[in-house]
Amino acid sequence: MGNLFSVKQACEQVGLNAIITNSKKTILASSAVILPGVGAFGDAMQILEQLDLVQVIQELANSGKPVAGICLGMQLLMTESHEFGRHRGLGLIEGEVTRLSVDTHLDRPLKVPHMGWSRIYSADSIDEQVPVGAWKGSLIEDLPNGTFMYFVHSYYPKPESPDVRLSLTRYGSLEFCSSFQKRNIFGCQFHPERSGPRGLAIYRKLAASIHSLQEQHSYD
Amino acid sequence: MNVRVIARLDIKGPNLVKGIHLEGLRVLGKPERFARHYYEQGADELVYMDAVASLYQRNSLLDIVTRTSREIFIPLTVGGGIRSLDDINQVLRAGADKVSLNTAAIQNPEFIKEAARRFGSSTIVISIEAIRQPDGRYQAYTNNGRESTGFDAVEWAMRVAESGAGEILLTSVDREGTGKGFDLELTSAIAGAVPIPVIAAGGAGKLSHVAEVVQQGRADAVCLASMLHYNLLRSLSSKDDFSGEGNVEYLKNQRGFSKVEDSALPEIKTYLIKSGIPCRAETLDTSRA
Repeated sequence: MGNLFSVKQACEQVGLNAIITNSKKTILASSAVILPGVGAFGDAMQILEQLDLVQVIQELANSGKPVAGICLGMQLLMTESHEFGRHRGLGLIEGEVTRLSVDTHLDRPLKVPHMGWSRIYSADSIDEQVPVGAWKGSLIEDLPNGTFMYFVHSYYPKPESPDVRLSLTRYGSLEFCSSFQKRNIFGCQFHPERSGPRGLAIYRKLAASIHSLQEQHSYD
Repeated sequence: MNVRVIARLDIKGPNLVKGIHLEGLRVLGKPERFARHYYEQGADELVYMDAVASLYQRNSLLDIVTRTSREIFIPLTVGGGIRSLDDINQVLRAGADKVSLNTAAIQNPEFIKEAARRFGSSTIVISIEAIRQPDGRYQAYTNNGRESTGFDAVEWAMRVAESGAGEILLTSVDREGTGKGFDLELTSAIAGAVPIPVIAAGGAGKLSHVAEVVQQGRADAVCLASMLHYNLLRSLSSKDDFSGEGNVEYLKNQRGFSKVEDSALPEIKTYLIKSGIPCRAETLDTSRA
């Protein structure tokens, strides 16, 4: 999962011109960056370092352009991960990434990876009728509380500050942060590009935020 | 965890086909049309299986994958005849999210590790086609259940999980297309033995079968074909152009398949929830998608 081409197709669906690239120049010239990611945390960071992209992404995030991390991409935004050893991340969101622990004593232990559709809830309320105030201005603003999204992961991020958490998701007895946003930096553990029309709404919001940034700049 | 209900489409050339015991193919229609319908009806994932898996037809399959992934935004797994890392790459580039491997993994179990390392575990689904042996054990087969491998199905499942497979698509060849119900013993033996999700396939003929394989078979997901296809066929007045492959007569006669009580996805999900099995029950408003 976490196919680059699915991400590209979702972008095209909402009118965004997406380029799959590892070129510094292209990335710096873009209006927004989506960091997808498959595979292991350590490998991904090593590749970003080899391509000299760590600083590029950090700079971009500080410049105010939208940066969206999906699945492993979300985890990479964190300070560090404990997947196969200890690895430093991009450090844009404080906190660590840890493995989903399952209750093995259960008659039917939960499977890892957590794979399938799960609801995303506001940290304040699980009431589906109430629009989530904390989601206003974020990329999930248009979603109802309790929306189903498609997940595939064995690790999850634990942001230190509860303020950045947008949504929580339950897996067995565990409740984890399934999306966060800190200013222009957004991350989601689920795959919005494979989560039907509601998932596409996140891409649509991303497109809208890019357009409004561009308009602001044209007034400057 | 919410149980996934996955629609499986077996594809031959440009057509959706359905067989019994994975043989004796019948042409049912255009796969994209079925896929679109299942997406709107709330299918949790789609699986496309190349029923012939011969290379000269691969381009036709890749085209179907691309067209599908442009308009359907749920996970799409593609399998059948995928032998190399290049093959996987090609299928993913066409728009698949996961690939399903059988023969290539059996011939070279190291291939699972290589594929998982390169594309991520969650991209690699291992398909196990199991046939019950006279001694009650199950053996893994390849080539739509035609070739024996000598591998014990449960041991093989444990090995693929250790090698980094993200999930297992488990088909009972004995039950496939029969409508007699899933092989509960097989499913529970494998689902209980591995830490990764197991998708049960083969045999669903009525609603209670689907609940049984989750409750007694401990399946994490169910894969349905006949039940869904025949339901949709009945509701379609078919204007499709069939390219003369397979047995089209069956379709012209619009005959149902008596052993399968067909059912639509919303009905199946409602039934599961009533049976105490959590799942995502929603049809999609795709008007903006």
